[in-house]
Amino acid sequence: MALRDQACVSGIGETAYMRGSSKTAFELQIEASLAAINDAGIHPSDIDGVIPIGIVSGIAEDFVDNFGIRDLRYSALIPHGGASPVMALQAAATVLATGVCRHVLITFGRNVSAGSNKAGARIHNMPQFHYVTEFEHPLGNSAPAQIYAPMARRHMELYGTTVEHFGAVAVACREHALLNGNAIMSKPITLEDHRNSRMIADPFRLLDCSLESDGGAAVVVSAADVAADCRHRRVFISGVAVGHPDSPASITQRPDMTSLGIGKAAPRAFTMAGVTPADIQVAEIYDCFTYAVIRQIEDMGFCEKGEGGPFVADGRLRLGGALPTNTHGGLLSQAHVWGLNHIVELVRQLRGDGGRAQVAGAELGLVTGYGDLGDGALAIMRRG
Amino acid sequence: MTETVTKPEPPESALSAPYWQGLRDGRLLLQACGACGTLRHYPRLLCSACFSDAVSWRQASGHGHVHSWTVAHHAFHVGFRDELPYTLVTVDLAEGPRALGRWRGATPRIGLAVKAILRQADAAAVELWFEPDGEA
Ligand SMILES: [Zn+2]
Repeated sequence: MALRDQACVSGIGETAYMRGSSKTAFELQIEASLAAINDAGIHPSDIDGVIPIGIVSGIAEDFVDNFGIRDLRYSALIPHGGASPVMALQAAATVLATGVCRHVLITFGRNVSAGSNKAGARIHNMPQFHYVTEFEHPLGNSAPAQIYAPMARRHMELYGTTVEHFGAVAVACREHALLNGNAIMSKPITLEDHRNSRMIADPFRLLDCSLESDGGAAVVVSAADVAADCRHRRVFISGVAVGHPDSPASITQRPDMTSLGIGKAAPRAFTMAGVTPADIQVAEIYDCFTYAVIRQIEDMGFCEKGEGGPFVADGRLRLGGALPTNTHGGLLSQAHVWGLNHIVELVRQLRGDGGRAQVAGAELGLVTGYGDLGDGALAIMRRG
Repeated sequence: MTETVTKPEPPESALSAPYWQGLRDGRLLLQACGACGTLRHYPRLLCSACFSDAVSWRQASGHGHVHSWTVAHHAFHVGFRDELPYTLVTVDLAEGPRALGRWRGATPRIGLAVKAILRQADAAAVELWFEPDGEA
C-alpha cells in the first residue's frame, strides 16, 4: 500500500480549552499551530502545506502571511465537519508520500461562545446541511442532537441498545478527563448521573452530548524521512481511509439510517496498516454523542452490528480495559475542537507522553473522525 | 410589548419550489425522474439512477411507516420554545422515499402505519405532519 508508513505526525499543539474565551478563533488557531510547529522542532516558515479545518477561522493565505511561508505547495479545505481532521491526515499523507510537501500543518480554532454561533444556528450556514436547513429546520429539526437522535433511537429499538450503554461511554470519557489538566469537565459522573441528566432530544440526554467549547488544536505531519530529524520519536500513519454514507447530506434519505461512512473506510484502513481490530491498544473515537462511539466500534469491526452496546458496557473503554478509549476525555468531557484533539491525544499516547492517562506500552492505536451527517475517517498509527 | 417569535423559513429554490407550492396546495409531491421514473426526495438536480435532469412531480399517497423518531425537549431555535416537547418522525413513504415530519399522536414506534397531514402553520407556511393511520 502506497501510503503505509510514509508520513508521521511530528508535532502536536493545543490551547487551553474553555468556554467564554476572550480570544478569536484565529488567535486560538495560530496559538495551537505555533505550539505544534515548535513541538516538531521546526520553524513556521518550514511549513509547505496547510489544511485549515473548516472555514471557521484562518485560511491558507493567512498562514503564508503570518508564518512567512515562501513556497506553499499544497492547501485544501475538507468540508466534512468532525471527519475533516482525520481526512486531512489522509490528504497530508498523500502529498507527503508523493514528495509534494515536507511538512503539512493541520490546524483548527473556534470560538463558539458568541450568541450568534450557537449550535442551533451555525450549521444552517454550512452547505453540507442545506437539505436540513431547507426541509427540516423549519419543522424544528435544527441541531445535531435532534438530527442524530433518530439514528440512536432506531439502534435502541432494533438491537436493544440501552441508556446504560450510552452512559458507559459518557462515564469512561469523564473518568479520563479527570486525569487531564486541560479538560473542561472536572467533576466525576456515574451511570446514575447520566440517566438523570436532562433530556435534550430523546434518546440523548445532556450527558450524551459533546461540549460547546472554545479552543484550538493543530498537528504537523511530515514525510517519514524528514520526521526522523524532528524533535520527538516518530508516530507513523500506517493506515488511513475515508468513507461516506449513502446519501451523505440527508440522513432522512439514507437506505439504512444507522449506516455510517466509517463502515466503508475501516476495512481499507486496517488492510493498509496490515493489522486487525484485535491489535489496537488505544482508541480515540469521535464522540459528538455517546451513541456515535458505539456505532463506530461496530463499523470498525470490534464487534458485530448491534453488539456495540454490550461491548462498551463492561468497562472495556476505561483505562485498564481491553480498548481504552478517549483517554483525553473526548468531545464529551475534554473539549469539542472537531476531533483534532483526538489526533493530538493518540500521538501523545504513542510517544508514551500520556501522563496519568497513559496506556502502558501503547504501540498501536487508532483515531476516528465523524462529520456532519455520518461522513467517516479512520487513521491507524504506530510508534516508531 | 409582545415579542414576535418566528420559525425559520425554508430557503426555497427554483429546484424545490414545486414541492413547497404542492404543500400550499394540499399535496405532498415527490420528484420523479422524467426519463426513468425513479422517485427521489429531497429535491435535487439529477436522477442518481440514470443522471437525467428531466423532472416531473408525483403526488405521494401520504401513507407510510415509521422509520424512526425523536422527541425534542430543548428548543435549539427560539421559534419552537413554546411547542416543547414535540416529536419528529421519519417515515418510509409507501412510494419508497423517506420523509421527515412533525408528529401528532401517542409516542410512535418503528413500523407503525402513519398518514400525512398538511397543516396550515400560518398564512404563508404549510407544515408536513404525520399521525397514526387507522388504529394506532
Ligand atoms: Zn432517472
